[in-house]
Amino acid sequence: MSYPHRHLLAIEGLYPPAIQHLLDLAENYVSLNRTGKTQRDLLRGRTLINLFFEDSTRTRTSFELAGKRLGADVINMSVASSSVNKGETLLDTAATLNAMHCDLLVVRHGQSGAANLLAQKVGACVINAGDGAHEHPTQALLDALTIRRHKGKLQGLQIAICGDVAHSRVARSNIHLLSAMGARVRVVGPPTLIPGPITRLGVEVSYDMREGLAGADIVMMLRLQRERMSSGLIPSAREYFRFWGLDHEKLAFAKPDALVMHPGPMNRGVEIDSAVADDPVRSLIAEQVEMGVAVRMAVLDTLARNGARHD
Amino acid sequence: MTDILFTQARLIDPASATDLVGNLLVRDGKILDLGNNLGIPEGATIIEARDLVLVPGLVDMRAAVGEPGFEYRETIKSAATAASAGGITSLAVLPDSKPAIDDPALARLLRARGEETGAITIYPYGALTRGCEGDEMAELGLLREAGAVAFTDGRRALADARLMRRILAYARHFGARIVQHPEDPSLAAGGSATEGELATRLGLPGIPAAAEAIMVARDLRLAQLSSGAIHFAHVSTAESIELIRRAKHDGINVTCDTAPPYFDLNETAIGDFRSYAKLSPPLRPESDRLAVVAGLADGTIDAVASDHQPRDADDKRYPFAQASAGGAGLSTLLGVTLAQVHSGSLTLDQAIALLTHNPAKVLGVDAGTLAIGAKADLCLFHPTRVWQVEAGKLPGKAQNTPFDGRAMEGSVIGTWKNGRRVFA
Repeated sequence: MSYPHRHLLAIEGLYPPAIQHLLDLAENYVSLNRTGKTQRDLLRGRTLINLFFEDSTRTRTSFELAGKRLGADVINMSVASSSVNKGETLLDTAATLNAMHCDLLVVRHGQSGAANLLAQKVGACVINAGDGAHEHPTQALLDALTIRRHKGKLQGLQIAICGDVAHSRVARSNIHLLSAMGARVRVVGPPTLIPGPITRLGVEVSYDMREGLAGADIVMMLRLQRERMSSGLIPSAREYFRFWGLDHEKLAFAKPDALVMHPGPMNRGVEIDSAVADDPVRSLIAEQVEMGVAVRMAVLDTLARNGARHD
Repeated sequence: MTDILFTQARLIDPASATDLVGNLLVRDGKILDLGNNLGIPEGATIIEARDLVLVPGLVDMRAAVGEPGFEYRETIKSAATAASAGGITSLAVLPDSKPAIDDPALARLLRARGEETGAITIYPYGALTRGCEGDEMAELGLLREAGAVAFTDGRRALADARLMRRILAYARHFGARIVQHPEDPSLAAGGSATEGELATRLGLPGIPAAAEAIMVARDLRLAQLSSGAIHFAHVSTAESIELIRRAKHDGINVTCDTAPPYFDLNETAIGDFRSYAKLSPPLRPESDRLAVVAGLADGTIDAVASDHQPRDADDKRYPFAQASAGGAGLSTLLGVTLAQVHSGSLTLDQAIALLTHNPAKVLGVDAGTLAIGAKADLCLFHPTRVWQVEAGKLPGKAQNTPFDGRAMEGSVIGTWKNGRRVFA
């Protein structure tokens, strides 16, 4: 089996052939999507539930579209998360989902490990759409697909991941995936947002954009949450932008053909300058969204086939 | 009550430096005699104890029992069942209940509730501050009169250095030791695992291991400043153990204990977000675990306590960072400690001292000895018999063991409280 798992909970622990399989299949879906030929019968009769405990427009819509293109019945459940009901609703909901005979469950939750916990309690195949600061595997897959389509490979590329690495699931999943596929990853940001032990994941660390971006083929920016200012990790948005925000001046430290990515939603003028974000030559941000749908179709397709084997 | 004669047992009593194979006679709930030349009194119940070890009933110096306020997790009755199955006959109970044990009447109530079980003596801790909230000194003198053996805010560290200094000085007058949960609360805020590679990989908010050493270093200085007596609960890092080792050498009045998870498990027990391995302090890297073992072996660590924190399934059924911290520990206390004997890190006498005489001495209570005339609180165990820990099948109510599935070597055969058998 090319992807020998029942769920997609994390990139860490996946073997390169499994990643390769998902990327190759996603590539097919990019072409199919562009020609308008879709396989509307592949997931016919299957139920896909988008269970979102955190607000998300982009990821939820992307999964919804992917599911519908493959013919699944798609249901969106948004559970407003509050500090009061904590995780209670998570497992209460799991019981409900089991009763509904859901086949594919896409879950986003503010707590690390929430998708793992659900996977133990539900009968469905679980796809982690982001759990706390742990992982966001489909984001890493779509980022890798985007890079591969532009650079022709992942092996040997120099990738700079910049910003709030400490709180970023996107960063963790990308570090695991890109390293597994032979890219060299460097993380760049202020010392308070780069956890020291991150080097144990096989990345280089730099606190300076000039040094960190040197030789980079890809500059991947991370979203900075406003609450990082109030919790004393950085003093202000304008200071952050001055030293770690990506503008054309800092982008010039990277390779001349370096490309810019961002998982969205962007804080323009905080971690990224609009002139860079909207630069048609350097920015891949819009294309990332397109790749997102294809990658999620590949994941749903793969898990549905594997799940059928388990039934 | 008929006499009980244990025959051919290995008798270990660290309090009197006794370690011999012989008989022990119990009459009227007290130890009447022990040695090699005891006659068999008429009508005595004979307990053949060849190849078994007879030691004082274990003194567990740190446990929560659910009462008052958390009876859904554990009651004194269910805790007594678990304690008896673990060979424990004396239990020092934490005061951070609901309400907190900050009133003399509550301390008396806990003692009485322990008596009612007939199986355990409860030694209540008094609250260090009112409501264990860290703001105002509790009525240490009145609580002491009511039987509080020492003072602590339980799982909560006293953050205020000035208040800690004053309490250390004040409590000295009443001859009471102050027990601190050594963890700087501002560094620990929001954290759920030891900061490091594992927490980074899992995306869990970390607590730096230094949060423990920082608090230990501060309180050692405050104990010195106030000539008070300080005790650190569940020490778990190499750095804090080294600080205590040096402080003892320098003559500071300091003692400490640790709990089985900190010398038997390391942080990898968290695995894939296993909330049953979520403890406070959090499990540490292997290097710290080894330092805890070394601290037990060289006597820096005075006692091993169960650190029993009962939780029900719902408390633990959350994503890791939101799950309640704490592990059940009463019935596994002896078995996990014996593992250090089997591995050669401790002698059997050392292990028994850590579970009986030493904690009794730290708390200043009359327990944990086989002295002639002492109450017959006894634990009889097979040193190598094998069993397996299974969450869901532990004695007592709390099933939240971090040792689920662990094979144990050494099991309790019987427990006696005041000469009455309470576990068989």
